[in-house]
Amino acid sequence: MDMICTKDLTKFYGKTRGIEHLNLTVGEGEVFGFIGPNGAGKSTTIRTLLGLIRSTSGTASVLGRDILEEHEAILQEVGYMPSEALFYSGMRVWDVIRLSAGLRQKTAACLAEARILCGRLQLDTGRRIEELSLGNRKKVSIVCAFMHRPSLCILDEPTSGLDPLMQKEFFDLIEERSREGTTFFLSSHVLSEIRRYCSRAAIIRDGSIIACGTVEELSRTNAKRVTLHDASGLIQKLPGQNIRDVRADGPSVSFLYQGDLHLLMSLLADSPFTDLTIAEPELDEIFLHYYSEKGGDLQ
Amino acid sequence: MTIFRHEMRRGRTALLVWTAGIAAMILICIMIFPEMKEQMESFSRLFASLGAFTAAFGMDRISFGDLMGFYGIECGNILGIGGALYAALLGILALSGEERNHTAEFLLTHPVSRTHVVLWKLLAAAAQIILLNAASALAAVLSAALIGEVFAWKEFLLMHLAYLLMQLEIASICFGISAFLHRGGTGIGLGLATVFYFLGLLANLSDKADFLKYITPFGYADSADIISEGGLDPALIAIGLAVSAAAIATAFYKYRKKDIAA
Repeated sequence: MDMICTKDLTKFYGKTRGIEHLNLTVGEGEVFGFIGPNGAGKSTTIRTLLGLIRSTSGTASVLGRDILEEHEAILQEVGYMPSEALFYSGMRVWDVIRLSAGLRQKTAACLAEARILCGRLQLDTGRRIEELSLGNRKKVSIVCAFMHRPSLCILDEPTSGLDPLMQKEFFDLIEERSREGTTFFLSSHVLSEIRRYCSRAAIIRDGSIIACGTVEELSRTNAKRVTLHDASGLIQKLPGQNIRDVRADGPSVSFLYQGDLHLLMSLLADSPFTDLTIAEPELDEIFLHYYSEKGGDLQ
Repeated sequence: MTIFRHEMRRGRTALLVWTAGIAAMILICIMIFPEMKEQMESFSRLFASLGAFTAAFGMDRISFGDLMGFYGIECGNILGIGGALYAALLGILALSGEERNHTAEFLLTHPVSRTHVVLWKLLAAAAQIILLNAASALAAVLSAALIGEVFAWKEFLLMHLAYLLMQLEIASICFGISAFLHRGGTGIGLGLATVFYFLGLLANLSDKADFLKYITPFGYADSADIISEGGLDPALIAIGLAVSAAAIATAFYKYRKKDIAA
């Protein structure tokens, strides 16, 4: 059974595009990454799947159930972590967790699990919501999204605000639950996260999926951003089809390199330069890459 | 039921503050009454000669000199304005407040239907308004006992019933509007309650403005009419109930399909 399946899902806010003819399939047990710049439609997709907003056209099912017809049955088995973790002010952390458990009507089991999660995340349940930092509010979100042991977790930019140790604890949790069979759908800006933890991913841009596949497939074509300082002449020696987006800034030159890295290294070894950086390209550059590949006329 | 408990807990402080405020004003008002009664003669003459104002507040129909008349005019205004503002705030923020504070996303991603959310929020608002009115009425009875007076029970109960219905109608109208808003609407709620109050005053001022009592819920919550007639106006009450029902139906219909703002 597909955990998430959308067919030509479209959402317009009046005349503004949210998503357009979005087709996406997430299988059972996957850790699925959903990447895209701000405003690409990540949250619109998630909010439509959860029934917070109604699609303009197209259909979608979650856990094999139609998102419009069986909205409550879906939410029973879905854990959701919003990108902005905001709760009722004036309440204490534990009150929020108890409210969430009460709304799920499996209070005792949820609260037992919540206690374990709070311990793991080092979340002080006696604190007031308005005193919490973004990171701590995120932890409350994690507890609320995980405590009922959902079969699908939808996480919208989950790691923003979490410190590196907590991010690790969080991804450990995802890996454990993933081994137990939970499916994860997580949106992110952070490519390294997706690359490291996700089995498959989709890239969304301007409201449509522009690439979808296993993370290996998506990153295999990835270029490197090479920046050289005081390296006159080297750029001419590199094979033209391997470099793109050359930017000169005073004495330094930067370009996207795609192809055999050994060739690059051997050329670099014979060239003069004072400084060198080889980095993963920015998210946008990967989009540029996908654009140039899928739609050459857009360049 | 979880939503109802949650709403009641969240509204507790506001309910206590508004109730304490209104009850204290009623207490102070009733404490003044014995002095008023003594000077009834001169006061009545004075108040009867204020022209338009006398009519606006209904002082041409009931006497300031007996407790029920005094209570109807003075406390009617306190409970009328205070209760109406409180009811308007409760109604207007019930659904839109969740979006303003970005908590709608939390609430509505739990397995609860929109209909369920609207129903329990509505019941919680009604319960809070009923509590405020019950406490205010109790405060009035106790205050009257303090000065050794007793209300005319029939008129007292009818008046409080009318005020309760008026507040429930205002809350329902605001609740209906709330289903359309994305960013709170405190101004709309308070404005609407105030406009209704002044329409009620205008309706008393002139026969030409009499039709206004069909528009404002203050039309049937008019102490002077209730005390002098000894009953409520069934036609006005029916209109009020119909408007309330329509507003509530609108809230259910709209909220079921509403796009929740991020």
